[in-house]
Amino acid sequence: MTFGTMLTTMAEGMLKTILLFVLTLVGSLPLGMLVVFLKKSKFKPVAWLTDIYIAIMRGTPLMLQLLVWYFGPYYLFGMSIRGYKFPALLIGFIMNYAAYFAEIYRSGIDSMPVGQYEAAEILGYTKLQTFMRIILPQVIKRILPSVTNEVITLVKDTSLASALAYAEVFSLAKQISASQTSFLPFVIAGVFYFVANYVVAWIMNRIEKSMQYYK
Amino acid sequence: MSEMTEKEMNTENSTEQSLTGREVLKMTGIKKQFGDLEVLKNINLCVRHGEVVSIIGPSGSGKSTLLRCATFLEKIDGGEIIYLDKKAATTSHSGKVFYTGKAEMKEIKQYFGLVFQQFNLFPHHSVLKNIMEAPVRVLKRDRAEVEKEARALLEKMGLADKADQYPCNLSGGQQQRVAIARALAMKPEVLFFDEPTSALDPELTIEVLKIIRQLAEEKMTMVIVTHEMSFAANVSNRVIFMDGGVIVEEGDPKEVFGNPSQERTKQFLKSYKE
Ligand SMILES: Nc1ncnc2c1ncn2[C@@H]1O[C@H](COP(=O)(O)OP(=O)(O)OP(=O)(O)O)[C@@H](O)[C@H]1O
Ligand SMILES: [Mg+2]
Repeated sequence: MTFGTMLTTMAEGMLKTILLFVLTLVGSLPLGMLVVFLKKSKFKPVAWLTDIYIAIMRGTPLMLQLLVWYFGPYYLFGMSIRGYKFPALLIGFIMNYAAYFAEIYRSGIDSMPVGQYEAAEILGYTKLQTFMRIILPQVIKRILPSVTNEVITLVKDTSLASALAYAEVFSLAKQISASQTSFLPFVIAGVFYFVANYVVAWIMNRIEKSMQYYK
Repeated sequence: MSEMTEKEMNTENSTEQSLTGREVLKMTGIKKQFGDLEVLKNINLCVRHGEVVSIIGPSGSGKSTLLRCATFLEKIDGGEIIYLDKKAATTSHSGKVFYTGKAEMKEIKQYFGLVFQQFNLFPHHSVLKNIMEAPVRVLKRDRAEVEKEARALLEKMGLADKADQYPCNLSGGQQQRVAIARALAMKPEVLFFDEPTSALDPELTIEVLKIIRQLAEEKMTMVIVTHEMSFAANVSNRVIFMDGGVIVEEGDPKEVFGNPSQERTKQFLKSYKE
């Protein structure tokens, strides 16, 4: 296998990795916010269930969670899991990252001085207006560094999809390396992750800079 | 007929006249406790249109709590709060406190503004946006019209050139003046101040007090919690001395400062002179 064919074979895996990465973010970033609202729910059972969910997501390996999401329907309900691999991966990643993002959002929201809420209330803002216009913009600025860390971790965590033999870049690298007895696929995969994270860091840095107009 | 004579008598005496202005705020029998701690014990406070009332008293006497109850940041545990004949909060015979419904509450909330010790400007909004957002979003007023008024307010605060700055680039005194402009932009009937200069250096304090004095001359109705005794003596029509959750003494500033009738007032004022 030439370097060229190796690269094109792996390029397909790179696209799958990127797809998994992007869809996980698209799902988990907003879902994390929903999780915070559930956690802060005044209806206690909802708050408790949310706490349990977060504890499980953070307390068990993501790889194990992926296996449970994928094989669970078959072992628990005898359902066919053909064609279910990618949805299972997405559910697993989104549910896991939503829990982490929720904790980041919560710490950001809790760090807001109460005076901001009170000033908004005196001016007659509704709860929703207060959150959307006063609290959230400031929270986003505060949590951006933590979110960046999490996103960079996600780039690397996509390799866990290999546990379900999903043909993303890491799985392919392992396969090709074994069949071709070559070290090169690992180098290609390594460069890919590195470049991907470089791009992520650059984008996040731009966003952070765009919010530096106030302290 | 007798009413007529009363009115005529009042017009002869200017201080009497100011006392007959419309009642903007009437708080009666206000009780508030945090856990077992009784912070307000049966407070009565009436503020009339055009009046400037100063509230003084030692730390922990309940001054902030009283303002926070008046502005609904805290819920009272007993008593009655009335803004311009609208009952915001009442207490039943069994001692249960009722606040009026959402719609009326929204209306009542437009009667007052509050200036905080820590300014509490919105740091992510420019100075102009800090002032304009609430009139536009809450009162749904025309943006262009609001902007004109906001710029006029900034001019009045001596901050015309700061419209596009962000709060973090302003001094404390400038931030507090923006906060006052933000409150005034809502055109409140009464403006509350909770130690508006306590977070400021002396030279910055002066510029904020100057603005408040100017508002007093324009007959803005104000309730000011302050530790600036000479300012309170100068600017207010009435001074209230609070201690331990009760109003110990209340009256004309000349009387309260010059010739206090209560021993506790004397001692408190003495501690300030030292
Ligand atoms: N949210 C709260 N929970 C419990 N106790 C409180 C709370 N807010 C105020 N207190 C207590 O109520 C009492 C009165 O407080 P308040 O802030 O009204 O005093 P103050 O007269 O404004 O004092 P200062 O001059 O220091 O501002 C204090 O003993 C204070 O510790
Ligand atoms: Mg106070």
